[in-house]
Amino acid sequence: MQQAGKFSSLLQIIVFALSFFVFQPFAKASEEENFNVGEMIMHHIKDAHEWHIAGPEHGGTSIYLPVILHDNGFKVFSSKYFYHGKEVEVAGKDSLSFHYMEGVGPAKGYALFHEEIYKLNNNGELHFVGEHPHNASPTDLSITKNVASLLFGSFLILIIMLTVAGFYRKNGAVAPKGMAKFLEPIIVMVRDDIAKANIDKHKYHKYVPYLLTIFFFIWINNMLGLIPIIPGGANLTGNITITLFLAFCTLLVTVFSGNKNYWGHIFWMPGIPVPMKIFMIPIELIGILTKPFALMIRLFANITAGHIIVLALISIIFINKNIAWAGLSVPMALFISVLEILVAFLQGFLFAMLSALFIGAAVEEAHH
Amino acid sequence: MDLILPDFGLLVWTGLVFCLLMFLLAKFAWKPILNAVNTREQKISEALELAEKTKIEMQALKAENDQILKEARAERDQILKEAKEAANGMVEDAKGKAKDEAAKIVESARLTINSEKAAAMAELKNHVASLSLEIAEKVVRQELTSDDKQKALATQLAGEIKMN
Repeated sequence: MQQAGKFSSLLQIIVFALSFFVFQPFAKASEEENFNVGEMIMHHIKDAHEWHIAGPEHGGTSIYLPVILHDNGFKVFSSKYFYHGKEVEVAGKDSLSFHYMEGVGPAKGYALFHEEIYKLNNNGELHFVGEHPHNASPTDLSITKNVASLLFGSFLILIIMLTVAGFYRKNGAVAPKGMAKFLEPIIVMVRDDIAKANIDKHKYHKYVPYLLTIFFFIWINNMLGLIPIIPGGANLTGNITITLFLAFCTLLVTVFSGNKNYWGHIFWMPGIPVPMKIFMIPIELIGILTKPFALMIRLFANITAGHIIVLALISIIFINKNIAWAGLSVPMALFISVLEILVAFLQGFLFAMLSALFIGAAVEEAHH
Repeated sequence: MDLILPDFGLLVWTGLVFCLLMFLLAKFAWKPILNAVNTREQKISEALELAEKTKIEMQALKAENDQILKEARAERDQILKEAKEAANGMVEDAKGKAKDEAAKIVESARLTINSEKAAAMAELKNHVASLSLEIAEKVVRQELTSDDKQKALATQLAGEIKMN
């Protein structure tokens, strides 16, 4: 009773203190330029050549990642030659204007526009047609924010799993302790509930390493994406390139595992009349692609949506330019973040589960 | 738009890193971990099986022991019964024999007594006869001083003897 009283009085103080800010203009900086939520969110969920830590978008604290270009030989230099380069404004049609960063020093001759690197034309500028530059692009193999996050995440998985493997190597087949105790049930879950449950019991062993790798890759990178500061926060598993690659791996495994029965059902569906058999061929062929396509979109959309929601909720404070809104937006963002921890696991589980389902269908023996 | 367009550079890096990660994990992590887990699961299931088997064996052994005990008990009872019967038989036998023996002894004793009695009677008769003869001789010598007396006496005596 007493504690409840204390708590409510504390709440009163907070509400009172917050209400004080309601009548105060918020930070000066946001007064100067209008805060564009959409732009900020898109900037955060997309890839970048720098890892932004704090401060304004230009001139804040960032880690400048290495740019690697293949354009008549490899060129490697820091991305600060773009971010600290010359800002150019070009007027386009319909009173549109484009801002891009012209590289200086080793980045001379290139320009960065919306995190894309273009070669400057003979006039030393980007030529815009519509909303996009018409200039040629060099092959960009930079260590971007996502690549850095990918390397860190993979390194983390490797360290964790080698530690677990080291435990068993040292102690033999005993009851697990420490990290192994935490991870063994998850590994066994992937083996039993994902692989064994969906794939023929004589064939599932071959696919367990692949399923384990995609599950932990997605899960751990999802979790890293939820950490707001470096080395987390990159929208890696919400990037279409990553999900495309993972879905493509599942497609390859499925196609190369397919047995006679599987291809028989695709090219000559049993049990239906011949004209229908011919009609079903293109449908089944498209079906091969739609399954991994759904995997790609599901992971991309779920993780990106999570990032967007958290950022949007936090943005409520900045849209209203009033810290009192933190009372609303912070609990909501916290709620969504906790939900995202569940989603992080669930999406890894689903991806591995559906991959196992597709593989299981491809290796299934005829049962009639 | 570029949010849903794949990026070539990132694709190259992802492919490289993921394949390397997959290879390293499969070789150095999943294989030993899964092997250890499988080995342990097998060990546990074997141990459980063994325990179950031992339990059944123990039960069989116990049943066997019980059977043996039961048989031994029955055998003991049988032996005891037989021994008792044998003892009783022996006692009965001995009793019978003793009775017979006693009867025999009594019979022979009676026969002996009878024969002895007969012998004694005979001897007594002889003795009495000889005594009588002696007495008679003495009496005769005394009485035979006269012929008349002798005659009378002889007649008397003869009559007396016959009376006896």
